[in-house]
Amino acid sequence: MTDQALDHVARGGFWRGLSLRRKQVVWAWGFLAVPILFYALIRFYPTGEAFYISTTNWNLLTKPGFVGLANFKRLLGDPVFWQVFRNTVLYLVIGTPVSLLLAFTIAYHLDRVRFMHGFIRALYFLPFLTTAAAMAWVWRWFYQPVPIGLFNQVLSTFGFPQQPFLRSTTQSLPSVLAPAIWAGLGFQVVIFLAGLRAIPTTYYEAARIDGVSDGTILRRITIPLLRPTIIFLVVFSSIGFLRIFDQVYNMTSGDPGGPLNATKPLVLMIYQTAFSSFDMGYAAAQTVVLFLALLAVSLVQLRLLRDR
Amino acid sequence: MRGFRGMLVGLAAAVGVISGAQAQTQTVEIEYWQYVFDARIKAMDELIKRFQAANPNIKVKHTTFPYADYQTKIAAALPAGQGPDVVQLFYGWLDNFVAAKFIQPLPKDAFPPAMIEKDFYPIVSAMKRDGEYYGLPTAVRSLALFYNKKLFQEAGLDPAKPPQTTDELLEAAKKTVKRDGAGNLLSEGITLDFPGQDYHWWREVLLRQNGGAPYSDDNKKVTYDSEAGAKSLTWYADLQKVHKVGQAGFMDEGQAAFRAGRAAMTIDGSFRLGAFGNIKGFEWGVAELPAGPDGKRFNFASYWVNAITTKATGEKLEASKKFLAFVTTPEAMQVWLDAVGELPARKAAAETDKNLSHPIYGPFLKALNYSNATVFVDEAGQRQVALDLANRVLIQNQDAKAALAEAAKAEQAILDRFYAKK
Repeated sequence: MTDQALDHVARGGFWRGLSLRRKQVVWAWGFLAVPILFYALIRFYPTGEAFYISTTNWNLLTKPGFVGLANFKRLLGDPVFWQVFRNTVLYLVIGTPVSLLLAFTIAYHLDRVRFMHGFIRALYFLPFLTTAAAMAWVWRWFYQPVPIGLFNQVLSTFGFPQQPFLRSTTQSLPSVLAPAIWAGLGFQVVIFLAGLRAIPTTYYEAARIDGVSDGTILRRITIPLLRPTIIFLVVFSSIGFLRIFDQVYNMTSGDPGGPLNATKPLVLMIYQTAFSSFDMGYAAAQTVVLFLALLAVSLVQLRLLRDR
Repeated sequence: MRGFRGMLVGLAAAVGVISGAQAQTQTVEIEYWQYVFDARIKAMDELIKRFQAANPNIKVKHTTFPYADYQTKIAAALPAGQGPDVVQLFYGWLDNFVAAKFIQPLPKDAFPPAMIEKDFYPIVSAMKRDGEYYGLPTAVRSLALFYNKKLFQEAGLDPAKPPQTTDELLEAAKKTVKRDGAGNLLSEGITLDFPGQDYHWWREVLLRQNGGAPYSDDNKKVTYDSEAGAKSLTWYADLQKVHKVGQAGFMDEGQAAFRAGRAAMTIDGSFRLGAFGNIKGFEWGVAELPAGPDGKRFNFASYWVNAITTKATGEKLEASKKFLAFVTTPEAMQVWLDAVGELPARKAAAETDKNLSHPIYGPFLKALNYSNATVFVDEAGQRQVALDLANRVLIQNQDAKAALAEAAKAEQAILDRFYAKK
């Protein structure tokens, strides 16, 4: 009994001895401790573990044995890895600019439309709400050869030869990218619209009084003032395209990653190495590389954000 | 109070001893694991019911997991001393499970190798390592030629006489293929679907019919980079490239084309019977895979085996032995055939007159006498190599020899990595 009571008094005394400011600090840290602990436990700890596993030959079944940097050496010599790396970069460097350009064009014109504005905006937003897997399967059927494929049916109706789309090593990556861009478009349009609305109309009025052309207004006022919006969308969609998975996996299941790995992104390679081949060490090494790539891209973009 | 309770305990113990002595031993509980597949679960529940009725002192706990998590769960449970005493695993996983010391050799007193080799189909030899068997299947699967009787009739072919040789198959495909004026494919003569079952058909059937072999006898060397390899792969690719009787990717999948009545023939496994059973629009038949130029037949068989884990010792091991013996009896195999549609692994149970003359099971069963089961070390990885091989020839128009050389190199690297670790 006595121990507990003493402890209680001591704690009460400690608490009472604190200034109000200190108490606030303790409270703040008390609340912050929950997400910090949560993050440390479910984010940082597994991340650290992934670094460790990448130096082992763990195959899920046997005890992991330390192999040093052998997994990374194997990665550098693996032609599939370089193909996959190239694909991932292509998703990024085609996907991000194309989707942003499209979204901006649509938002810019939609901003001026008064007639059924809300309805049209909802139509653009709809694909964003659709499950990626379901959408990928519908597009997969669009791309099929004639009796069932919509695109090829249209082509052959007009007398053009059929295209292999997903069954080609060159056409399959853009074919997979198209629905991915389309699905993200609605979100980007809405963000762009919000950004456009946030620009004070006084600038436009002043410009118009000065008799400036539409093109100049766009270049000198609209785009510079949209910079924060654009940077946010660039960061957001870059990360999205670097992590593309659902569309690829669903559109090419059967031969995941397309013919001769033509559409396979890094995330899919990691998934297959880990959960189909159970080569955990090698998969962890690939994860480390993806982590470093994402980190580099994010750092560069954060730097761009800073010198606003 | 205490004295009274003590007396009760003593009494209960005495009763326990007496009744236990009557039932010989106390009840032993063993755990059985398999993956989730409705028909398999129902069949196993039925088998467990019958087993427990015959062995009242053994209780079998039946646990299932989704296929995607199955291996992960086993790998997490067994090192921790948890998990199954008897486990179902795909035959291709055996080496990994043995290396990880998850499963033990089947005790020779209950499962003498001579008995296994006499009673079971020879494909079971894929379960043998250093003279010891590690698992036994209840049921096995093989491939066959499915054909659309309606399309055969329309093309003037006799629906009662499916092609018997690869030459006849090509002729039938040429007669049944349909194209429109622009040359667009409307209905295939035969499906080309490497991601489906064609990669097994090429590797275990067409290649061998041309005198080749996919791997060396110890499975450590890839041997399909050969004359026979080039000949068989070219024959396969020519179905699309020269004879244009089919097209990879038509209707997305071979089985979808067949089901939609847009393919006269397709090669698929006994596990497809359930899905094809729903076809309403036309009648279909099953035939043995066509023989090669010299009349030789081959087939590919695969199966899930039941094995005893290293966790089972003492009386649990004895109970596991009894259970494993029971689920591999002819009786259990018939239950499995009726419920799941998979073929009995014992010759005597499979080749009853009733089964052999069955128009659908018959061709699959006959195939078991000349089937091979590929030994995989990394099923997904080796499959990918095969898919790439087909794509190089079909999409990139690479020469068969060059494509085979590349595939053999990639697959050899997978094999080397695996056997170096052991």
